Amino acid sequence: MTAPGKRIVAAMSGGVDSSVAAGLLLEQGFEVVGVTLQLQACDESGGGRSCCGTDSIAQARAAAGRLGIHHYVIDCRQEFEKTVLLPSWEEYSRGRTPNPCVICNERVKFGMLFDHAVALGAYKLATGHYARVGMRKNGAPFLRRGADHRKDQSYFLFSIRPEALSGVVFPIGEFTKDAVRSLAQHLGLPNADRRESQDACFAAKETGYPEGLRRRLHKTTAPGPLVDEEGRLLGMHKGIHQFTVGQRRGLGVALGSPAWVKSIDPWIAAVVLTTREQALSARGLRASGVRWIGFVPRFRRLRCSIKVRYNQAPAPATVEPGEEATAKVWFDRPLRAVTPGQAVVFFHGDRVLGGGWIERSER
Amino acid sequence: MKHIYFDNNSTTRLHPDVLEEMLPYLRDTYGNASSIHWFGQEARRGMDRAREQVANLIGASSDEIVFTSGGTEADNQALIGIADAVGKPGSRIITTAVEHQAVMNSCRFLEKKGLSVTYLSVDSQGRIDLGTLADSIGDDVILISIMLANNEVGTVQPVREAAELAKSKGILFHTDAVQAVGRIPVDVRELGVDLLSLSGHKFHGPKGCGALFVRSGIPGPVLIHGGHHERRRRAGTENVAAIAGLGRACSIAAARLEDSSFFVGSLRDRLEKGITERVSGIKVNTCREHRLPNTLNVSFEGVDGQLLAMNLDLVGIAVSTGSACQSDTREPSYVLLAMGCSVGQATGCLRFSLSADNTGEEIDRVIDVLPDLVEGLRR
Repeated sequence: MTAPGKRIVAAMSGGVDSSVAAGLLLEQGFEVVGVTLQLQACDESGGGRSCCGTDSIAQARAAAGRLGIHHYVIDCRQEFEKTVLLPSWEEYSRGRTPNPCVICNERVKFGMLFDHAVALGAYKLATGHYARVGMRKNGAPFLRRGADHRKDQSYFLFSIRPEALSGVVFPIGEFTKDAVRSLAQHLGLPNADRRESQDACFAAKETGYPEGLRRRLHKTTAPGPLVDEEGRLLGMHKGIHQFTVGQRRGLGVALGSPAWVKSIDPWIAAVVLTTREQALSARGLRASGVRWIGFVPRFRRLRCSIKVRYNQAPAPATVEPGEEATAKVWFDRPLRAVTPGQAVVFFHGDRVLGGGWIERSER
Repeated sequence: MKHIYFDNNSTTRLHPDVLEEMLPYLRDTYGNASSIHWFGQEARRGMDRAREQVANLIGASSDEIVFTSGGTEADNQALIGIADAVGKPGSRIITTAVEHQAVMNSCRFLEKKGLSVTYLSVDSQGRIDLGTLADSIGDDVILISIMLANNEVGTVQPVREAAELAKSKGILFHTDAVQAVGRIPVDVRELGVDLLSLSGHKFHGPKGCGALFVRSGIPGPVLIHGGHHERRRRAGTENVAAIAGLGRACSIAAARLEDSSFFVGSLRDRLEKGITERVSGIKVNTCREHRLPNTLNVSFEGVDGQLLAMNLDLVGIAVSTGSACQSDTREPSYVLLAMGCSVGQATGCLRFSLSADNTGEEIDRVIDVLPDLVEGLRR
């Protein structure tokens, strides 16, 4: 770590990870300024004490108070709605399954908050992500997986802008979750035993995320048919936003045997169900919005490992970069439920090479 | 880090003598002021003294003082209580577009209950036009409420003239004097007002305690119903310690009002001069002729006021961007918008509000650090 005494803005969600991140920097001698983003009004959350945004803010304030650092709450409600919630809804309404955390990291945490950190005179922005930043020989930074692979969050960070990557620190990236919890004890942080703050930004426990989003944004949806692979009508649904590829529960029809969502056709609002689990397998995918971290791809094919969703161990694959930031990806072994709208992220060992957005799967 | 406090319109430091005044009522003299025994009598004596002290500061008689939980409650009681006492469906209230939210949202509440409200516009200095006020008065008007001094920009309204106008038409007149009392001379008889709100923590008294002046002979507005406290004008067991503190704060303010007002005014002028000389692209938002001595509101072109306030806080200087009562939103100040400021000017502003606790050194420190911070944010 570089010269102490410098100012670092620490994003504090109220959870244990970001609180420990701030505490570690403070122990290293940095001037740490805590910042919490207010992403929604209390009455807009799904209800319940611990998922309310203002409760998280109070937790962050308490942690900052314990550490004895300045703490500010920045009202991002409008930006969050405009840059994260509305685009997420657009994806759902097109039959895709968005990844709001990736979008939020790109535009809000490492976009707007990064700019705020600079404006507060900080030389780095710190967050409580399980990820690491490496340095190439030419000094260019690159993203690395967190040391705790079970907690690794680099998947959510592939699209943050290059200047943000060189201005960010992930103080807990080298630690396991258990280590972070004991560090919290050691630092005397009040939220050491608190549950994870994951859904703090938009929780909708009762209705599920997409339906909660629809109500929050006052959007309407059209009903449509549930069909089998041969196109036979099985029933009707209330809106394609409530379905995602590979989904098994809450389909609204009973077929006598387990069934999954195979695909979604937004044009006729049709949800295609299958009773063959192998029908969910894909051999590859096409991606758009592909970006490479710190280098320009000059190869036609790249052997690497990939993730098509957060909760997946990296799997070996071949990536073929195409025109206009597209790519084709071929898996060594078929993968299940490759979902349009989710991110595909490319790894070489612990290094994150880049990633893109899944447009469709290739069978 | 040495902390400098320039946010006295939000709240002020409790005066040490005020704390001393309060402590006995929190320790030994804890009686209920309505009780017949010694404990109650002691509490009652403390309240009586405080009522006298408050009345003295504003030229009222003590039976015209109703203790409340603060300025906001006093404003609510004046507006909602009067509307309840003398209002009919279709009755109208006249107020201004730059009132504190306590008045503003009480008016919105009454609009929902079927009353109508006229919000007088203000000029670029934040002052209402008396001619417009005269024109908007009609038979349906039951109350005129015009603040004495604005919390964000410090502009002082022509309350005496407005109250005279109201009196000539037989209309009740309320003024929210929360930012004025204890800082400039305020005399209810001289102003000719029927109702006046004040708050202790704006002039070194405790938080959670204020008062409503209700001129004797007018229909008493009631907001909080219950027991016989405050001669049935405000129910609830009295916060005796805070009331005693408020009284003491009033007597301290009365004793040094002229001196401190002059001193604070000279500090403010020094600050204004320094900022004007050292920082380009600024605009001072106030009324030159009629203003509080302690308030300076400045817009910095091309700068987010909130970020500037945070940067100042990081070097130990506490200021705000406007009303603390709405600092949780990034909405531009409605007061500045009403004064004709652009959205940029209304979000790019800082409010420095001083007290006699501040020093010339502190002013110079701000003038030293501010230009670089502003330039940094403009880059």
